[in-house]
Amino acid sequence: MAGNATEPVIEVNEATVRFGKLTAVDRLSLRVDHGEVFGLLGPNGSGKTTLIRALCGLIPLAGGSARVLGHDASREAEAIRSTIGYMSQKFSLYEDLTARENMDFYAGIYGLNVSEARVRQSELVERLGLGPYLDRWSGRLSGGWKQRLALACALLHRPRLVFLDEPTAGIDPVARRDLWDLLFQLAAEDVTLFVTTHYMDEAERCGRVGYISLGHLLAVGTPEELKHWPGVTPSGTRRLEISGGDIAALLGRLRDHPAVRQATIFGQAIHALVDNEVTPESLGLGAAQVRQAEPSLEDVFVTLSRAQQQAPNGGGS
Amino acid sequence: MIRKGLSIKRLVSVTRKEVIHILRDPATLFFAVVIPVLELLMLGYAIDTNVRHVRTIVFDEARTQESRALLRRFENAEDFSIVGEVFTDRDLGEALVSGRARVGIKVPENYSRRLQAGQTGQVLILVDGSESSVAAEAVNVSNAIALSESLDRLVAGRALPVEARPRVLFNPDTRSPNFFIPGLLVVLCQMMAMMLTANAIVREKEKGTLEQLFMTPVRASELMVGKMLPYLGFTVLEFCGIALLMNTIFGVPIRGNFLTLLAIALPFFLAMLGVGLWISTRAQTRDASLQMAMGTVIPSIFLSGYVFPLDSMPTFFRYLAQAVPTTWMIDASRGVILRGAGWAELWPNAAVLSGMAVLALVSSTAMFRKRVS
Repeated sequence: MAGNATEPVIEVNEATVRFGKLTAVDRLSLRVDHGEVFGLLGPNGSGKTTLIRALCGLIPLAGGSARVLGHDASREAEAIRSTIGYMSQKFSLYEDLTARENMDFYAGIYGLNVSEARVRQSELVERLGLGPYLDRWSGRLSGGWKQRLALACALLHRPRLVFLDEPTAGIDPVARRDLWDLLFQLAAEDVTLFVTTHYMDEAERCGRVGYISLGHLLAVGTPEELKHWPGVTPSGTRRLEISGGDIAALLGRLRDHPAVRQATIFGQAIHALVDNEVTPESLGLGAAQVRQAEPSLEDVFVTLSRAQQQAPNGGGS
Repeated sequence: MIRKGLSIKRLVSVTRKEVIHILRDPATLFFAVVIPVLELLMLGYAIDTNVRHVRTIVFDEARTQESRALLRRFENAEDFSIVGEVFTDRDLGEALVSGRARVGIKVPENYSRRLQAGQTGQVLILVDGSESSVAAEAVNVSNAIALSESLDRLVAGRALPVEARPRVLFNPDTRSPNFFIPGLLVVLCQMMAMMLTANAIVREKEKGTLEQLFMTPVRASELMVGKMLPYLGFTVLEFCGIALLMNTIFGVPIRGNFLTLLAIALPFFLAMLGVGLWISTRAQTRDASLQMAMGTVIPSIFLSGYVFPLDSMPTFFRYLAQAVPTTWMIDASRGVILRGAGWAELWPNAAVLSGMAVLALVSSTAMFRKRVS
């Protein structure tokens, strides 16, 4: 009964989660297919972790339904938890246990028998390069190695779906890239990945991305699809990238200009959303270089958040 | 759907991990092993509830044969130890205020004259009331000494018409260790069981490891039982260890069957572990759990009859004490160790403790389940 390739791995229908009066997830619908790398973005407190917990049956749904790997999240939580892997932003293995002991523990928790566990462990150890660290207390490993160990523990039982809740928060860029390489290898082996992140570059790597804010899933699509979302660059407007000159002063001038809808600094440049008829000269940009720009994912999310805040009920579209 | 009973594999994993935690945490290990033994030695050697050798000062104003005979009786009584002599009322009072003596005896100048005239010879006994048990004992013994002195004078060599021959059963020498250590045995194990388990879940909460566990198929009951087993093991070991020390070092004989006692102690330990886990589930930080554990242990110790006899408590507290597992366990411990009681006498204790254990375990598991979701 545990699903086939055509059945969605995650299927959420109008799911609602409430904590008392607060609605943490509001009539959210979502479908994630086999082998996808799905990225969920959203500010802190937007409901990302709550959604994952609801999908694992840890939090009951106040409405709607959620199925994970063919199991109902509210009634078959144990079946779900036996077939998924989970890795959180905070290192949540036992620091006073060695890497090996942590793996042994989780192998037992996932019900692997001894020989099965041994084979799988050595496979993962080799693959993640954990060999030299096996007998070290896991609390003494560096951030990147901790995350690799956590990933190893989450993969012991060969899960078909892995939830990664901000897996790269607080680790260095090299370790971050290595981790993503590992994730793509997994995806190539038909493991579905559900990743939450703050990083735009990580979002760009995902096959599909969802943006969640205040419990509403505001948009879902491939990064390309999202950038061409009509709301992001409304008709009659275009996006400009302005660089050179005194950026801070330019930003102030742009924001005061009636024909400029948005202006944000990106590194050494300003991204501005301006009315079509506006020319660089009319903006008084002087010597600054101006070129037509594609919206970035960040532009997409900023636009979506602003639209949500301006909506009368504070809810989604 | 996977719907089986407890998974032994998961249970064993949790237990093994918990044992590693205990062994790798020197503070806990110290707390678990060294502290109880120290406490045992300290309490076993230091505590003596029998009032003996109360520091006494005398003011013999009469200085006669009779007055000296009376004072000799005081001297011969084990209860008093004469530490000095004063010659004025002022010095007598001073000796008590300064704490140099707890009892002051004044034989007035007219003592012998009044006796010879057939009148009552009065002796003043000043008692420092700041330690109630010492004061009560001093008053009683002084009265007894006065009474026997009077009787000797009245009967003058004839046999006494009535004589009480008290015989203290089970603890003929009224040795304090015999009274205290069987209770201490229970109290120390209770502290250990509760303090350690109170830590067990809150530690995982603080470290964030519980969150990860919730995402695995492990069940609340498996976690609870898996965490409890090592602590139960440690507590049983400690119980046997303390009993051994009690028997060898302090010479307290075990009159009944130790296995009977251990069998009764098992549900008691489970109840304590259950309460500890309940606390651990409620508390958010380890400090809070430790305080909650202390807050539970201390009243239960005072109510249990470990120090203060149940019979002298007001009715309400006597009933309240029945709700404390420690009360039943201390009664059983003294029963087996001192009175040689067996199942015939102690089955009610075993039954009540078993009931309490079930209650504690069920409610702590239920509480844990509720907290999880």
